[in-house]
Amino acid sequence: MNCMHKIGVMGSRETVIGFKALGLDVFPTSDITEARHTLRRIAKPEENYAIIYVEENLAKELWSDINRYKDAPTPAIILIPGRDGTLGLGQSALQEAVERAVGSNIL
Amino acid sequence: MATVTPTRMVLNQMKGRLTTAQRGHKLLKDKRDELMRQFMDVVRRNKELRLKVEAGLTEAFAALSVAGSVMSPEMLEQSLLYPRQSVELGVGFNNVMSVNVPVYDFKTKSADSGDIFPYGFAQTSGELDDAMSAISGVFEDMLELAQVEKTMQLLAQEIEKTRRRVNALEYVMIPEYQANIKYITAKLQENENSTKVRLIKVKEMVLEKAHDFKYAE
Repeated sequence: MNCMHKIGVMGSRETVIGFKALGLDVFPTSDITEARHTLRRIAKPEENYAIIYVEENLAKELWSDINRYKDAPTPAIILIPGRDGTLGLGQSALQEAVERAVGSNIL
Repeated sequence: MATVTPTRMVLNQMKGRLTTAQRGHKLLKDKRDELMRQFMDVVRRNKELRLKVEAGLTEAFAALSVAGSVMSPEMLEQSLLYPRQSVELGVGFNNVMSVNVPVYDFKTKSADSGDIFPYGFAQTSGELDDAMSAISGVFEDMLELAQVEKTMQLLAQEIEKTRRRVNALEYVMIPEYQANIKYITAKLQENENSTKVRLIKVKEMVLEKAHDFKYAE
C-alpha cells in the first residue's frame, strides 16, 4: 500500500496561487456550492488525494462534509488560514478531537 | 434484569462470561490508557505545529501580497502558473495500538531547491522570490501538520470507541453477570433446601406407614 498520492489545496484564488508553484494541485474557488462539489469529487479514494488543504473561510461552510472524512485514514483534510489571517478553526478542530477522546475539554 | 433460567448450566455459562468480561475489561483499560498517553503527545505536537504553520502562512501570504502590489496581478499569475516542481506523496501506514495512522513520505520531482521558482528572474520582482521561499519553507511543516492532525483524529476516534467499551463492560456487563450469578446461586440453594425438607417429610411419612413409627414430639 505504498503508491504515490497527490496533495490538493482548496481556497480563494490568491491563497492557492502560491501553492501552485510548489507543484501541488490547486482548486481555486470561493463559491460554496462549487467548493462542496470539488471537495466531494477529490475526496474519493480513486482520485488518490492523501492530503487536502482547505482554506478556513471555505471550511466553515463545509463543516459537515469535512467531518465525514474525519474517521477515514485518507484523505486528511487540513485547515489552513486564509489571506486575512487565522479564524481559529484549526485550533477548534484540535479542541474537538480532545473533547471527543477525553470526554471533556481539558486544554 | 433479563430473565435467566436458574440452572447449573447457565450458572457455569455466566461464570465463564464474567471471567472473560473481566479480562477484556482489564485489557481494554490498558489499551485506553496507552492510547491516551500517545494521544496527549500527538495533541501537544499538533498544537505546536499549528501555531507554527499559521504564523508561517500568514507571513507567506503577506509576502505574496507585497509581491502582488509590486507586480501586476496578471504578471504574478502568469509567473506562477506553470510549476517547474512537482510533488509526490508516498503514504505508508504506521500501526499505533491497532490504529492505522498515515505516515507521509514527501518527494519532489527534482532535488534542486531552486526549482520552486517557476519563472525567470528578469521580469519578476524580488518580493515574489521572498514569498515563494516563505511558502516552500512552511510547506514542510504543513506536511507534518497533516500527518499529526490525521493521527490525532484517528486516535481520538479509537479512544472514544475504547472508552465506550470499557464503560459498557464496567458498568453494564460485569454488574449484570454478577447479579445473575448471585440470583442463580440463591435460587439453587433454595431449591436444594426445599428438596431436603421434602425428603425429610417423606421419610417421616414412610416410616409412620411401615411400622407406626413416630418421632418423639
